[in-house]
Amino acid sequence: MELRAKIPSGPLADKWERHRSEIKLVNPANKLKHEIIVVGSGLAGASAAASLAELGYRVSCFCFQDSPRRAHSIAAQGGINAAKNYQNDGDSVFRLFYDTIKGGDFRAREANVYRLAQVSASIIDQCVAQGVPFAREYGGMLANRSFGGVQVSRTFYARGQTGQQLLLGAYQALSRQIGLGKVTMHPRAEMLDVVVVDGRARGIIVRDLVSGAVSAHAADAVVLATGGYANVYYLSTNAKGCNVTAIWRAHKRGAAFANPGFTQIHPTCIPVTGHHQAKLTLMSESLRNDGRIWVPKAPGDTRAPGDIPESERDYYLERLYPSYGNLAPRDIASRRAKEVCDEGRGVGPGGNGVYLEFRDAIARLGRPVIAERYGNLFEMYERITAEDPFERPMRIFPAPHYTMGGLWVDYNLMTTVDGLYAIGEANFSDHGANRLGASALMQGLADGYFILPYTIGDYLAQMKLDRLDTAHPAFRQAEADTGERVRRLLAVNGRKSCGTAAACRATGPASPRPSSRSADCARSSGATSTSAARART
Amino acid sequence: MKVTLHVWRQAGPADRGRFARYDVADVSPDMSFLEVLDVLNQQLIARREEPIAFDHDCREGICGSCGMVINGRPHGPERATTVCQLHMRTFPDGAELWIEPWRARAFPVIKDLVVDRAAFDRLIQAGGFITARTGSAPEANSIPVPKRDADLAMDAAACIGCGACVAACPNASAMLFVAAKASHLGLLPQGQPERSSRVVNMVAQMDAEGFGACTNHGECMAACPKEISIDFIARLNRDYLKAVIRRPW
Repeated sequence: MELRAKIPSGPLADKWERHRSEIKLVNPANKLKHEIIVVGSGLAGASAAASLAELGYRVSCFCFQDSPRRAHSIAAQGGINAAKNYQNDGDSVFRLFYDTIKGGDFRAREANVYRLAQVSASIIDQCVAQGVPFAREYGGMLANRSFGGVQVSRTFYARGQTGQQLLLGAYQALSRQIGLGKVTMHPRAEMLDVVVVDGRARGIIVRDLVSGAVSAHAADAVVLATGGYANVYYLSTNAKGCNVTAIWRAHKRGAAFANPGFTQIHPTCIPVTGHHQAKLTLMSESLRNDGRIWVPKAPGDTRAPGDIPESERDYYLERLYPSYGNLAPRDIASRRAKEVCDEGRGVGPGGNGVYLEFRDAIARLGRPVIAERYGNLFEMYERITAEDPFERPMRIFPAPHYTMGGLWVDYNLMTTVDGLYAIGEANFSDHGANRLGASALMQGLADGYFILPYTIGDYLAQMKLDRLDTAHPAFRQAEADTGERVRRLLAVNGRKSCGTAAACRATGPASPRPSSRSADCARSSGATSTSAARART
Repeated sequence: MKVTLHVWRQAGPADRGRFARYDVADVSPDMSFLEVLDVLNQQLIARREEPIAFDHDCREGICGSCGMVINGRPHGPERATTVCQLHMRTFPDGAELWIEPWRARAFPVIKDLVVDRAAFDRLIQAGGFITARTGSAPEANSIPVPKRDADLAMDAAACIGCGACVAACPNASAMLFVAAKASHLGLLPQGQPERSSRVVNMVAQMDAEGFGACTNHGECMAACPKEISIDFIARLNRDYLKAVIRRPW
């Protein structure tokens, strides 16, 4: 396979401007004739669907939730970066570009990242115009805060719910287009396959999650905004419905997959409590500003944390990285936590946890200051674990939560299949081997609002308008393939997973009561019951 | 711990529906309520019975997918908590719980505990937005927004659209949902040009969807997992009155 990134020539800073001026445009009258399918309604999908519809394209948008507002972008807490330099602290497009490239271990595509930094400022303008209630200073100007790995203050935020507010902005823009009849929304619909005709993506196969009916949809281009694949791990912080089907099916149809090993393991999640657990919950990284991370020096030490004297504690991040201390980068903090747990020094049930203690910060700053900074997070932690972080150190453990890898895309965000685009977390191009905090929201909105709407026009302008409907043999074939796959899965008839018949540990045929004691058993049955429930609803 | 669940089972919109009793043993106090349903579903599937259908996704209390009435209270007994974040330690061992879907004319039951909340989407489509074409936005700091207004707008914008307010209301009114959106956008300078048309159109859509009227019971605020205040309903009423008097806009 030949990978042609189609990066425009010229100096880095001029590439996007020049490319934008040189790519082909679709005549406004012709835009009405083009149908575009957008799969996913998160930050990338909703912003792309709304922006494409505003341009005049006919758009169909699909999501598996009951409403486009529920996409998992909504769970992002921290913020969104932009090179506005409102703090007068020396930020610039180049600095944001350089921080992102460096944070990603110089493995991201420079031209894409520079463009991302360039459009970042427009994202904030757009979101404010939509009514996103960003945090403000007393004078009414936008407030900023700092995030890990950078020395400037360039993160915009809406309390601890920045993802929610940005998504609602995009959802409202999308809703307006749905109300105007420019976007046809298909909620509770799961994409099962991409239809490729003569080497071009021309549609998708979808299952209606209420009726179970499988249907085909044709278009001139298909945009996948279906997020990442962190749920390939048994437990992650991703939502239950993020099941990676879309990009996996696209890959099986010829879209190359890049850097699948680049997954971000977030260091501060609440540890697993038992085999019944459905998913993990992230605690904001900001906790590491004032919390100290430690484990007992001796393996197998089961004393209560308060009974372990200072001399028998190992503040391993402070010991190993005196200059970073507890603020060591995400990947390093995660790896070291895993190591100390593997040595048998983990704490809490199952030994999968390390302490994050605020005792010293409370002594230094006083309880009210800590309560003001982290009150919400402490409350959330207490709700889940029934432990009060003011009294007892938090227990945290790393968990998969974001995937930098994804479908390979060129500079125009097109995959190796013509007419098939991947935007947001679904593509691979902007974060290299490691994503900086507050950059996921920036990339999703950059792709959807300001990049794809231009670059998709270049493709559509050059393609011959040939009406294609779902009666085409390629659609029939894809539908038949999908049906065959489902039939084969159902025909497995579950001897190896307790969801359908026998308990995992049982070797014989169906036992009436499933054993739910082995973790493997819970694993396979959990997956089965989720998909079975979904297939039948 | 052990719990007895009486779960509303309804095969489809046309089915009458009934409560089915399930005894669930080996429940850990650390489980969330939805995880108990997961475990029960696993057992049902193993017995080749139909699993209980319920909506869920993020399980962090922010996506708004989940929601069910537990012993007569939307999202259960815990204050400011969605059912995915409701942990079993809230209940005594041996608790008997009655689980029902949201009940409102505008939210028809699809199956078991799953209801159709598309009416909420249509309310937003009717006017719950600020018209701002991509690319047309002015510089973000060109219009200062007083911190007090931005904070209050954020209080209203915290709504997750779960529908608990409708389920809690004896009139099945969507006033808190509409008021939260109208206030969020109406408090910001960017939302002023459409402020009047927004409230009038959203209220008209609310009536068309079959939601009831507000009679100030305040049950919505008590059930809201994000504790959205009914002060916003007063704000909506004032905006609505001003808009209809001023008509046309």
